[in-house]
Parts: sequence; structure tokens; C-alpha cells
Amino acid sequence: MLSKKVKTRLVFLSISLLFAVLLTFFTLKTLKNNIVYFLSPTDIYNKNDLNFNKKVRIGGLVKEGSVINKNTSIKFTITDLKNEIFVSYEGSIPNLFSEGKGVVAEGRLQDKKYFLADSIMAKHDENYNPLEVKQILKGNKN
Amino acid sequence: MFNRLFPNKILSLNNKFFIHLIFLMICVIGVGLIYALLISPPDSVQGNSVRIMYIHVPASFISISCYAFMGLISILSIVFKIKILPFVAKSIAPVGFVFALVSIFSGSLWGKPTWGVWWAWDARLTSMLILNLLYIFYILSWKLIKEFENANKVSSFIAIIGLLNIPIIKYSVDWWNTLHQTSSITLNSAPTIHYTMLIPLLIMFFGLIIYSLIVILMKYKIEILKLKLKKNKIY
Repeated sequence: MLSKKVKTRLVFLSISLLFAVLLTFFTLKTLKNNIVYFLSPTDIYNKNDLNFNKKVRIGGLVKEGSVINKNTSIKFTITDLKNEIFVSYEGSIPNLFSEGKGVVAEGRLQDKKYFLADSIMAKHDENYNPLEVKQILKGNKN
Repeated sequence: MFNRLFPNKILSLNNKFFIHLIFLMICVIGVGLIYALLISPPDSVQGNSVRIMYIHVPASFISISCYAFMGLISILSIVFKIKILPFVAKSIAPVGFVFALVSIFSGSLWGKPTWGVWWAWDARLTSMLILNLLYIFYILSWKLIKEFENANKVSSFIAIIGLLNIPIIKYSVDWWNTLHQTSSITLNSAPTIHYTMLIPLLIMFFGLIIYSLIVILMKYKIEILKLKLKKNKIY
């Protein structure tokens, strides 16, 4: 059906593509630690080779009721509902930062439970709702 | 319908055909923009910056799909050596590149008020930047390499290797922790966008896809015209 030339090219291309896919796969697997944008509190908890001088990013939810705002400094707890890390930060925070919402903090770990942040980013989830709908959803939840 | 894409038939797609398509596009995008900018409500968390999404999401989707088509067509072209396929792939590139740029810049504009940063080196944003670079390499390889056969080989190689990046872009938000949110519209579950925001998004999708089709067809027509002129030694 297929001519010999076409077959040769098809086989050659398939084999090269297979190799390329494998190569990419192993590269990504090896680089996993560099690709993840932030670590969760549980990742930090399980990690044994923590370098406290190196900048890291940790992310999770801002624990409800944990935010303490004082003039320019803010303290709050990042949780992944399993483990928690206490964060201290001085500077401006993004508008979307709020309790119960996603957050990513960049800075240095002081110890496994205490983090000194240089910058704070708010993380938006995949839900988009107008204000009225959100209030209704909230009402249904309670 | 597809036999219209053959070299002799594409030239019969005259201005009238394009004007009809352009008219349709203006109507759809017009309605979409009015819906997106005026009628749809602001988001409860992001406020009005949610409106950037109506451009950002279709632009990203189109640029990724264009690249996927380019790569697949390049595979077919390498294996089966069908003469018109390189021209089809070449015609898809510009519109894909433009939308990849739009995706990066509109995302950046959205990121600043939402995340608090213009740019983050997370997997989704980085792989999208790589898509931009792949488009640039692809287009440049056609522009800089004078001999057709060589240009065809190099550009097809770039397009095919770049195909590996497509699933990485798509699944980056699921495989790794990223600042970018996961997809709101997926095949196997209900969209997590409220319908008042989903409708303008879908209209914009439709409008921008028509736009892409117009640009691709026009570019393809020009490529075929050039080919004919070259054959007759006029160009």
C-alpha cells in the first residue's frame, strides 16, 4: 500500500519521535525540583535536605483567621490542610490576597515552621463567578 | 470543501468569499466584545480584570492549536512529500505566532493586578514562552534559508520537535505546582466559569477562530500565487 520510501521515512520519524519523547520525559523528571514553582508545607515537612540560605517559594492557602496586619508588616499561616507554615512579611500585598485563598510566598525558611517572605503573590483558582452568584454559593454552603 | 484547498482551487476563493467571512467575523467579535466588556458581570475576586480573559484564553488556545496543526502537517509533509503541505504549514505560522504573543502580553497584564507580578517562571508561563520562541525559529527558518528544500526540512524539524511542547503547555498546570490556575473548561467536567462569563468567552472564541481562518487562507492564497509566479518566472 505504502511505497518503500514512505515506509522508511515513517519508521525513521516514529523512532526519532519516540526517542525525543523519552528524552523530554526524563529531562522533565530530572528537573522536577526546578520546574515546580512552589513547595507546599507538606513538601517542606518531608524534605530532609533543606538549605536555609537558599530562596524558596512556598504556596498553599492562607489559613482562615490567621492574618495579623500591623502597619507595614503582616503575619499569616500558609496551610495545605495537612501541614502549616508561619509566614512573616513586610511590604505591599496583592489585592487578591485574602483568607482562605491561594498564596505563594517567596523568601527564606528560618526553620521548618517559620518563613520570612520577601514577596507575596496571590494565586487565583479556576473558578470565575460574578458577585451575586458567589454570595448565593456562600449562602448554600452555610 | 477540502478540495478547495488545492492550489488551483484556492485561487478561486475570491474577494467576495473573504468579504463574507470578514463581515461574519466583525459581527461575531462585535457582539462578543459588547457582551464581554459591557454586559458580563465583573468577577467576584478579580473585579474587572477578568475581562482580559476573554482575549487571553482564545488567543492561547488558538496559538497552541495552530502549532499542533503545523507540526502534524509537517509530519505528513515529511513522510508523504505532498507538495502543497509545506505551504499550508507555513501559512498557519504567522497567526499562531501573533496569538502566542497576545497570550503572553494579555496574561502579563492580568497577572500584575491578580498575582501581584507581571511574570513568574512557572511551568505554564515558561512553556508558553518556549512556544513563542519556536514560532520565531520556525518563521525565521523560512525567511533566512533561501533554498526551498532546505528551508522546508529545517522548518519541519522545528515544527515536529516543538510538538513535544504542546502537551507540556496543556498539562503543566496539572503535573507541577504552578502560579497559573488550572483549566476552567475541560472535556470531562462542567466548566467552572459562570455562564454569564462563559457565553462571551465562547463568542470571542468563535470570532477569533474565524479571524485566524481568514488570515491563514489569505496567507495560503498568497503562497500559492507566489509559487505560480515563480513557475512562470515572473516573480
